[in-house]
Amino acid sequence: MVHTFIGNAGHFFVIASFITSLLAAYAYIQASHTQDLAASSWRKYARNVFYLHGFFVIGVIFSLFYIIYNHYFEYHYAWSHSSRNLPVYYMISCFWEGQEGSFLLWIFWQMILGLILIQTNKNKAWEAPVMAVFSLVQAFLASMILGVVIGDLKIGSSPFMLVRDVMEAPVFALNPDFVPEDGTGLNPLLQNYWMVIHPPTLFLGFATTLIPFAFCIAGLWKKEYENWVKPALPWSIFSAAILGLGIMMGAYWAYETLNFGGYWNWDPVENAVYVPWLVLVASIHTLIIFKNNHTALKTSIVLVIATFVMVLYSTFLTRSGILGNASVHSFTDLGLSGQLLIYLLFFTLGAVVLAAIHWKHIPTSDKEASAYSREFWIFIGATTLCLMGFQVLVPTSIPVYNAIVEAFGGISNVAPPADQVAFYTKFQLWFAVVVAILSGTGQFFFWKKMDKEKLKNELAIPLIVTLLLSAVAILLGKVIDPTYMVLITVAIYSVVANTMILIRLAQAKVQLIGGSVAHIGVAMILIGILFSSGYSNTISINNSGLIIFKDAPEQENTENVLLWINEPREIQDYKLVYQGQRKEVKGVPAYVDKKILRPTEKPYMAVAREDFVHDGKKYFSKGDTLEYYGENTYHEVVFTNKNNGSEFTLYPRSQVNPNMGLIASPDIRKVLHKDLYAHVSAIPNDEEEKDWGETTETEVKMGERFFINDYVAELQGIERVNEVEDVELAPGDLAVKANIRVFGENQTYDLHPVYLIRDRMVGRVPYTLNELGLRVSLMNINPEKNSFTLGVNTTQKDYIVLKAIEKPWINILWMGTLLLMVGFGIATYRRYRDYVKQQEESSPEDKRKPRQKKESAVV
Amino acid sequence: MKKSHLLGILIIAACVTIIITTAGDASSYVSFKEAHDMAAQGQDKKVHVVGQLKKTASGEIVGIEPSEDKLSFSFVMVDQNNQEQQVFYKEPMPADFTRSEQVVVIGGYHQDVFVADQILMKCPSKYQEQEVG
Repeated sequence: MVHTFIGNAGHFFVIASFITSLLAAYAYIQASHTQDLAASSWRKYARNVFYLHGFFVIGVIFSLFYIIYNHYFEYHYAWSHSSRNLPVYYMISCFWEGQEGSFLLWIFWQMILGLILIQTNKNKAWEAPVMAVFSLVQAFLASMILGVVIGDLKIGSSPFMLVRDVMEAPVFALNPDFVPEDGTGLNPLLQNYWMVIHPPTLFLGFATTLIPFAFCIAGLWKKEYENWVKPALPWSIFSAAILGLGIMMGAYWAYETLNFGGYWNWDPVENAVYVPWLVLVASIHTLIIFKNNHTALKTSIVLVIATFVMVLYSTFLTRSGILGNASVHSFTDLGLSGQLLIYLLFFTLGAVVLAAIHWKHIPTSDKEASAYSREFWIFIGATTLCLMGFQVLVPTSIPVYNAIVEAFGGISNVAPPADQVAFYTKFQLWFAVVVAILSGTGQFFFWKKMDKEKLKNELAIPLIVTLLLSAVAILLGKVIDPTYMVLITVAIYSVVANTMILIRLAQAKVQLIGGSVAHIGVAMILIGILFSSGYSNTISINNSGLIIFKDAPEQENTENVLLWINEPREIQDYKLVYQGQRKEVKGVPAYVDKKILRPTEKPYMAVAREDFVHDGKKYFSKGDTLEYYGENTYHEVVFTNKNNGSEFTLYPRSQVNPNMGLIASPDIRKVLHKDLYAHVSAIPNDEEEKDWGETTETEVKMGERFFINDYVAELQGIERVNEVEDVELAPGDLAVKANIRVFGENQTYDLHPVYLIRDRMVGRVPYTLNELGLRVSLMNINPEKNSFTLGVNTTQKDYIVLKAIEKPWINILWMGTLLLMVGFGIATYRRYRDYVKQQEESSPEDKRKPRQKKESAVV
Repeated sequence: MKKSHLLGILIIAACVTIIITTAGDASSYVSFKEAHDMAAQGQDKKVHVVGQLKKTASGEIVGIEPSEDKLSFSFVMVDQNNQEQQVFYKEPMPADFTRSEQVVVIGGYHQDVFVADQILMKCPSKYQEQEVG
């Protein structure tokens, strides 16, 4: 049965939320233009419309979740992003696997932020103009999921489409009410806890960039050229924290789940969030300059607008399909590129025109900043951040240039740089050096009055400490590359200088430490990146090389090693042994050998072939039906350190997914000073027909030892059995099972081929041991000779191709990230306090309101 | 000259440098023939070549050869001018490789074979791939 009601309701909510956001925008614009009573009644009306909008947005989300939760696979969104056995917590992830759902998430956050802004600015001058901008942006976002077709014009892509309306399939011609049995499932890469929290954080970050933009536009519009800064600043810092956290969560997810060997790949999709973040951080710095000495206001306005425009531009890049070949993981194209372009251009041009009109009236200061003023150095820092962003933006936009040239009939074949990592690193590294120097030195100008002599005195101690520490770091870390030496020295300098400032501030005015904490975080991030990426060491190098040219062999090392099961293999510092395939069973704390689990027709159920005991506790018995993660296989690899004999085991994971082929995820051994990261690059294909070769027959007696595939084996017994795996026994059938023990390198294997007599016909059920590449059947029983004939087929043993990489000091990177977030948090709190205080001073009637309530909005 | 002007000039100079170096480091989409000519002229710049895997008339993919040690593989790719070329790659074959409708190889010629440093695949989106029911 097709459940049309919930989809229609959802679609109605989408349309209603679009209309209410437009209406709210209109009413708030009216409220900003009128005075006194009219203004207050428009404002009240607009507010109620926005509340109604919030209700509809919740309605959309509820409808979509209802469809996913109840497995209504007649809906395309549920069918293509979910499946019956998907756990509830991953159903949330379904929301952001598709474009529509991720727009919905964005709309949701913006709606929540709108409510917070209404609450914190109720009846104040800012409410109407800020919320007018807000509601307008919200209307554009809502239009992306509108799903309305007018003639040939398609506006938005609705998540409430039925499968039969999206796809042409013959089955719908026969039965229009056909409902697919199961969904195609959530992309397995997204079935990860980071993917439950990373997208919401990132989209909250995107959504918060609208707030400073809205205040800025409202300020220009209402000719309040300076006053918008105070309320905007805490939100800018908060936004930088959340967006930064979202980016780093994404990086961590990529590190843990994907297999490109790192956390950052300079993929266009990654760049598209990195650039707005840099501009956002630059804007925070110029806003702070403005607050201190009333300069850099124009620059701040430009940067606040640029931040939001960059967010729109990155949305356009990742969702319009324009990246095409350039990116591995942009969204599928929904044909929204025109609409996205209009969204981008509307706000870009609107903001630019508005700023241009008011440009002359924006107050400027003729004060020439002294080279010994703090503001001068902050300004240089902000400039560096912008250039850093610009350097990433230019190559990332290459597909856009091609599209523009082609739109005008030209031919453009420019491709992004071939080695993106090397290309970006070459520039970003030097920008990072400048950032580190400035963030260290700039802080010494805190007390503003600084001259040559004073500066020398101030810098003497940190410089000496820095030189000592970096000499130690360079020696211990074996840093030999001169550029890396420079980077590590300046990063350590930034840590030292900021720590000194931090200590001073903590004694004087503890609420001011946000900046130095954040700067220490940045410097630590730089050190962490330097070691973990710059000295990332592939230890699975295969020196036998790639022989391309038979006559003139060109040696090119391959970066993987082939591990046959149970055959030890030495690489650099380790001896590796691959010990076989394991599965994860629900409720069992250890990995379970794949051999003792017999798959059933359901991909997430298996039957136990043996009892399983772990740490003295029995978890399941032979014959139990178990719930397990059938598509995940863990490859047990034991690493033995050759230097000290210590041993550990890694379980890199492979997933064989019908849609995506092999998906390999690493397993990471984490110790304080380094990570060892390993993933499989290739595994034998189970589906493929194996070449079992010719059957060789061996005649053996009970208890006799013999060789199969170079392993010693022994026939230990024959018994009559009443049940046989995979075969339904009829009354009168006679089944006997042989028990053959094979002595492997580390363990013994019991093989049980079956010999079956039914109606005087002989059937043989061979026993296959994929691990050792063995298949044994009981061919004949020879009572006259008291012997048995075994048929043996052999094929390739189980193997994996493994890549292993060491990442030194990666933990400094994660610790730096945390510090950066803490620093942003402290700064947000402080700036928000400033704003609240100023408001209370300027409007005494506000004092009635409990202060507690307002603060909770930020925390 | 005022300091702000000097700063402005420096910023512009930096931007121009960034644009010029990007243009210099940018790769290009070329055919195998162009890539070969470039290599013959001694240019060792890496290029992008867009194409497809070689298929027989019945749609079977041919020409994929894994190395004996399973650590690398080679395949035959047909570029957009229908020129065939054997391509070497020093990683095992990506699992969904044979299902890609389009392949982009990034690398360059070493004598007469193309060695890829990176392979980008465009797989049919799962919406088209799947059949309902």
